[in-house]
Amino acid sequence: MVEVKQVLKRYGGKTVIDRVSLSVPRRKLTSLIGPNGAGKSTLLSMMSRLIPKDGGEIWIEGKEIARYRTEELAKKISILKQSNHIAARLTVHELVSFGRFPYSRGRLTRQDRDYVREAIRYMELEPLQDRYMDELSGGQRQRAYIAMVLAQDTDYIFLDEPLNNLDMKHAVQMMEVLRKLVDELGKTIVMVMHDINFASCYSDYMVALKDGAVVCEGDVSSIMRDEVLRGIYDLDVRVQTIENRRICVYF
Amino acid sequence: MSNRMKVVVLVVLALGLIVLFLFAHLRGDFDYVLRSRSEKIVAMVLVGWAGAVSTVLFQTMTNNRILTPSIIGLDSVYMLVQTAVVFLFGSTTLTMMGNTLHFLLSAGSMIGFSVLLYSFLFRREGQNLYFILLVGMILGTFFQSLTSFMQYLIDPNEFSIIQDRMFASINNIKTDLLWPAGLLIAAATLYTYRHLHELDVLSLGKDHAINLGVAYETVVKRLLMIVAVLVSVSTALVGPIMFFGLIVANVAYAFFQTYEHRYLLAGAALFGIIALVGGQLVVERVFTFSTTLSVIVNMVGGIYFLYLLLKERKAW
Repeated sequence: MVEVKQVLKRYGGKTVIDRVSLSVPRRKLTSLIGPNGAGKSTLLSMMSRLIPKDGGEIWIEGKEIARYRTEELAKKISILKQSNHIAARLTVHELVSFGRFPYSRGRLTRQDRDYVREAIRYMELEPLQDRYMDELSGGQRQRAYIAMVLAQDTDYIFLDEPLNNLDMKHAVQMMEVLRKLVDELGKTIVMVMHDINFASCYSDYMVALKDGAVVCEGDVSSIMRDEVLRGIYDLDVRVQTIENRRICVYF
Repeated sequence: MSNRMKVVVLVVLALGLIVLFLFAHLRGDFDYVLRSRSEKIVAMVLVGWAGAVSTVLFQTMTNNRILTPSIIGLDSVYMLVQTAVVFLFGSTTLTMMGNTLHFLLSAGSMIGFSVLLYSFLFRREGQNLYFILLVGMILGTFFQSLTSFMQYLIDPNEFSIIQDRMFASINNIKTDLLWPAGLLIAAATLYTYRHLHELDVLSLGKDHAINLGVAYETVVKRLLMIVAVLVSVSTALVGPIMFFGLIVANVAYAFFQTYEHRYLLAGAALFGIIALVGGQLVVERVFTFSTTLSVIVNMVGGIYFLYLLLKERKAW
């Protein structure tokens, strides 16, 4: 269970997250949506202790996030940010192996190697596993990072714009994989999404942020409505139902 | 060639150079010559080791391969202390000062400066590492200006004494300091050795490191202290060597092509020893002492640094 209570974040004098409360449904795919500067990434970074919060509490499986030892937390939650430039020269296999660091502190056991192999197989990276990261395309690289997160084997996975820099085909593939992680492996995924239609088609639950506060949350059918989306984005949008999916037309 | 094999090759090369340095052109009083040479060897091994290890650690923390620890401004603190002593008490005080006192004063002021800087800057949680480097750089520039100011005011003869200290030299090594310096460097190395795998994770960057359960702030704080100790000790021992660490670290990255710090650190340290001992051989046998090691190192290093800058620019 991940629960966010009255969380606050200030940069200088400006409040970017203003007493946000939120409880993340288990074994569901949750999307954080909202306009630029709404505080989605900031909230996600606080939920995964990448940045400290200035007030409030974040509870993960019955314990406040600040009271965890960071290595203990690394076995429960994992976070992947949108920009992942790594200076070191790594192969895919080496990168994925880093996912086992919270368990083995760098000395991989046989069981760790099994997890790594399984993660690589799951992301269909076997033919690429000995290639260097800088030789891969954007989509392949993104899959490698997801494989690392998989090897980390946490119940909660936080993703900051996982579709960033992916073309249509790879974006769909990525979302199918994330769906499978939830449906088959029972993971709980929270992600920041910019493309409202991808969020609509693949998530179970949506949380809309605006100006550092939650404006509404609920399942897809309750968020994907004309009046709700207009309020979030200040834009004259129409929601159409096409092939049983709610698609937002904003042109 | 496997990485382990490469390390063995470097060890053999380093040992070969050391033997050559010890026994080449052996003449006169064997006892005296051998002792003075082995003291030089020990000093070069310590300085090579410390310079290389500190640079690799620093570059891993900052995820940047063209930075050197000298941007925190430790060399400027060193020069400021030397100049201030001459300015306030005259050059005789500096030249007659006991080695131990001089070492304590130089290394102490550098380490003290780092402790003050870090404890002040780390008081606030979530401080950006680059902010700390920036503050160090600005303070370094300030100390440099202060140093130049004092150097303008003093007698030119006195200035020549300071000038001597501006360039690292193995020739006037202070032998009684080798033990304490060696102990400090060994302690820093031991600490590093116990955190090799965390260093590997740190090279993925801050966010990945935190995600994988590295206590980022604590580790970085301690590593910065380790770097400060290594740089201070080696600078107090022979004087400032600017580009040295940068070259050997980058040669090691190119040679090993890995992220694993057990190879990168060992490799860089061995390249450091090879460069210093080999360079000193060149200084003694080819230039017959007409130049100092640091002039050669800085020239080669400067050219290599320009090459790195041009190469990095293309990569972006």
